[in-house]
Amino acid sequence: MSKDWKSYEPLLIPDIPELHKIDVYEDNDGYKAFREILEDQDKWSRENVIEEVKAANIRGRGGAGFNCGLKWSFMPEPDDRPRYLACNGDESEPGTFKDRNIFEFNPHLFIEGALIAAYAMAVDTIYVYIRGEYIDWVNIFEEAAEEAYKKGYLGEDILGTGRDIEMYTTYGAGAYICGEETGMLESLEGKRGYPRVKPPFPAQKGLWGNPTTINNIETLANVPLVINNGADWYQSIGVEGHPGPVLYGISGHVNKPGVYEYPAGMNVMDLINDVAGGIRGDKKLKALIPGGASTPILRADMLDGVGMDSNSLREAGSMMGTAGMVVMDEDTDMVDLLWRIAHFFHHESCGQCTPCREGTGWIEKILVKIKNGDGEIRDLDLLLDLTTQMEGRTICALADAAAWPVRHTINRFRDEFEARCKKSVHAMA
Amino acid sequence: MAELSFTDQEIKEIDKLRAKFPTDKSATLQILWVAQRKYGHVEPEVQALVAKTLDLPESHVHGVASFYTQYYKEEMGKFVLDVCTCLSCQLCGGYDVLHQIEDKLGIKAGETTDDGLFSVQEVECLGACGYAPMVQITNGVYANNLTEEKVEQLLENLRQGNMPEFESMVMRQNDNRIKAAK
Repeated sequence: MSKDWKSYEPLLIPDIPELHKIDVYEDNDGYKAFREILEDQDKWSRENVIEEVKAANIRGRGGAGFNCGLKWSFMPEPDDRPRYLACNGDESEPGTFKDRNIFEFNPHLFIEGALIAAYAMAVDTIYVYIRGEYIDWVNIFEEAAEEAYKKGYLGEDILGTGRDIEMYTTYGAGAYICGEETGMLESLEGKRGYPRVKPPFPAQKGLWGNPTTINNIETLANVPLVINNGADWYQSIGVEGHPGPVLYGISGHVNKPGVYEYPAGMNVMDLINDVAGGIRGDKKLKALIPGGASTPILRADMLDGVGMDSNSLREAGSMMGTAGMVVMDEDTDMVDLLWRIAHFFHHESCGQCTPCREGTGWIEKILVKIKNGDGEIRDLDLLLDLTTQMEGRTICALADAAAWPVRHTINRFRDEFEARCKKSVHAMA
Repeated sequence: MAELSFTDQEIKEIDKLRAKFPTDKSATLQILWVAQRKYGHVEPEVQALVAKTLDLPESHVHGVASFYTQYYKEEMGKFVLDVCTCLSCQLCGGYDVLHQIEDKLGIKAGETTDDGLFSVQEVECLGACGYAPMVQITNGVYANNLTEEKVEQLLENLRQGNMPEFESMVMRQNDNRIKAAK
């Protein structure tokens, strides 16, 4: 696979000028998948759409990597309750800046995907929740949605089928936790973004207590590709177990940072060296955070032959996350880096669960101590112990996300952390 | 202070926002935004106005306003410089940008200049990691790929009342394909 990436033609954000305009999108087979479904509802029954998407195995691009179609199948049979699709454009995981490109360059692909999802799950109301800092992209996206309304893809009696689907765009006001799916639901309900205890899962009790599915923006943008070309075709892109195109956000110490679209499973060194132009200033690569701040850091020597897909990254000792790759050169101070990550999670902990609220605070305090040269070796083991006391003991995964970088950065760069600690002053038993 | 109120025009906007949701409570974040755009902050009396408008307890509105970082809990400078120092920005000089701005304005992060023109804040990841270091100005436009000169220029432009324009960060994939074709 990694041999032919150079001839890969982007599918999510193809290089077509003005593609964000609905006419241009339509001229390039835009809304074809949705139209086909509506025109041939025997072939494309709700069940068949879900089966096709499930077979394609679109791994959720928001970080969890869950099969999108399988998630859809968890929705209960329609009853008299409203049903919702909540599209997650919160995109706040440090190192992640991909979905904004969909809003800006190919918003209709996402809208079409959301419409197909709404059809498949018999949803009549779609919410698009975008992080508040992205206000410029909110406005850009709202224009696109407005166009889709005017053309009859959204609103009442869609394309004369008698079906109504509304799409409401709204935005947050600065809170990482609102990217957690139930935190986002709370925020959509106008509240503090406190994640909910599960079960009940959103498919049973989501927005205002009604059946709700939450999908990432990039995930939904993959859906029209699957309907147009079939699950088998989709599976032929990328690697086994992680098919399809991926928007790789590459940042940090590379010559050409940015968002690039290539098949899943791309060799990480190809991405760093060829796609992103290699390390700045001819320096050596020291480490990579492959999928956003919470994914475990990998040392350069752990990257041989590693592909950007969930299986390969798991074998290498990390995770795919959001494919927001943060590249670090040889001069990077791992203690400073970890302290800043810890500060982030401390700042963003919503405060509901004690292990997270207190744990993230203590982690930051201890790391500040080490950073300032006042730490002791045993503080490192205290940190590691703290991570085990946080992980899996909270309502949502923020505590896990805060714990993993601490554990893995210390374990994988222990020498550097020890070198910053004070020499022992008393013998330890 | 006279009791605050929304104009008829603003009430129209608010009604449109309320219509997006099945309950008025759900519009809390959006109405706080309307209020902040009008008053420049959401101090307690502004929160009270939002609560009254939506017929909600002030405690609820206060709870929401205090949870989200983008709401200004007190009056800020005309331009609020949100300097990202998180992860990729840390690696690419976010702290240099922060310190340069602090030195230039003579204030520290969290403070406002005496003339009320600038506030500076250190913020968490703004989703511009590939264009680091960067600054967001008053919850609005992003100034990307900052250098010492660009920061200097940005401050000067803002002083003269010139807000930078939205900058589209074009995907750079084309460069690669041109290279690959060779």
